[in-house]
Amino acid sequence: MDQDMTLLSELLVSVFLIVGGIFGLVGSFGLLKLKQTMQRLHAPTKATTLGVGGALIASMLYFLMIEGSVSFHELLITLFLFLTAPITANFIAKTFMQGDVPENELPQTGREFGWAVYDDPPSEEDEEK
Amino acid sequence: MLKRLFPHPLLSVTLTIVWLMLVNKVTSGNLALGILLGIVIPVMTAPYWPNRPKLRAPLMAAEYALVVLWDIIVANIVVAGIVMFKRNADIHSQWVVVPLELTSPEAITVLAGTITMTPGTVSATLSADGGSLLVHCLHTDDPDGIRDDIKTRYERRLKEIFR
Repeated sequence: MDQDMTLLSELLVSVFLIVGGIFGLVGSFGLLKLKQTMQRLHAPTKATTLGVGGALIASMLYFLMIEGSVSFHELLITLFLFLTAPITANFIAKTFMQGDVPENELPQTGREFGWAVYDDPPSEEDEEK
Repeated sequence: MLKRLFPHPLLSVTLTIVWLMLVNKVTSGNLALGILLGIVIPVMTAPYWPNRPKLRAPLMAAEYALVVLWDIIVANIVVAGIVMFKRNADIHSQWVVVPLELTSPEAITVLAGTITMTPGTVSATLSADGGSLLVHCLHTDDPDGIRDDIKTRYERRLKEIFR
């Protein structure tokens, strides 16, 4: 009985590891396959969420079911990942746009001002008007 | 007195919990140290957040987190499908402009982060006056649908959370 439980938990941990591995692989493959920089940006911000997520869930399950202790580090890693990944992606996107995307390739803002990469923010004089 | 000791109760609680998670072991000593950090850090950093936004609807924030988590999982699978099974010529990447009703910088930051984390879309930049958001979409034939989705699914909830 006890052995069955161990086998079951090991299976469950393996399933999450494999799912995580597959998504990590697909993310890296996307990086290779896609041709435009902006498209490539999608792969690492995305597939990594489930790829890393799968590995983290597996790790938590392992500690919970096999070691018999609760581990919180994985939750923190998830939190920090969710905080940092969008910022990195945004930095890369902006740097790329600055150098390689001419303003006229982009759609209009629908506002008085252009996109922040090319246009200055409203000055204080503008705001007084 | 209580207000002086805890200028930012939510931050104090968060810091204490994060500390306990970092040491990964709940003992009374760790708890005491966590609470100490939860008191000292908000007091010391108070000058840096003069006009901090108030969380109006904590339940709504929890719902928002769940919706986003679910979307991340679903959309990850969709993007994996696009990457694996579509030829490059069939992937129609587009720019999508999302006009914003949110005005607080914190709310816009959360929205932009959410858009980046939910696969298929990356937020690229804001208009110079902060009135609209430029989003890059990996594959879509319906940019208006994407825009409306972002507005009804995320922005509507954020508007209530950061009122």
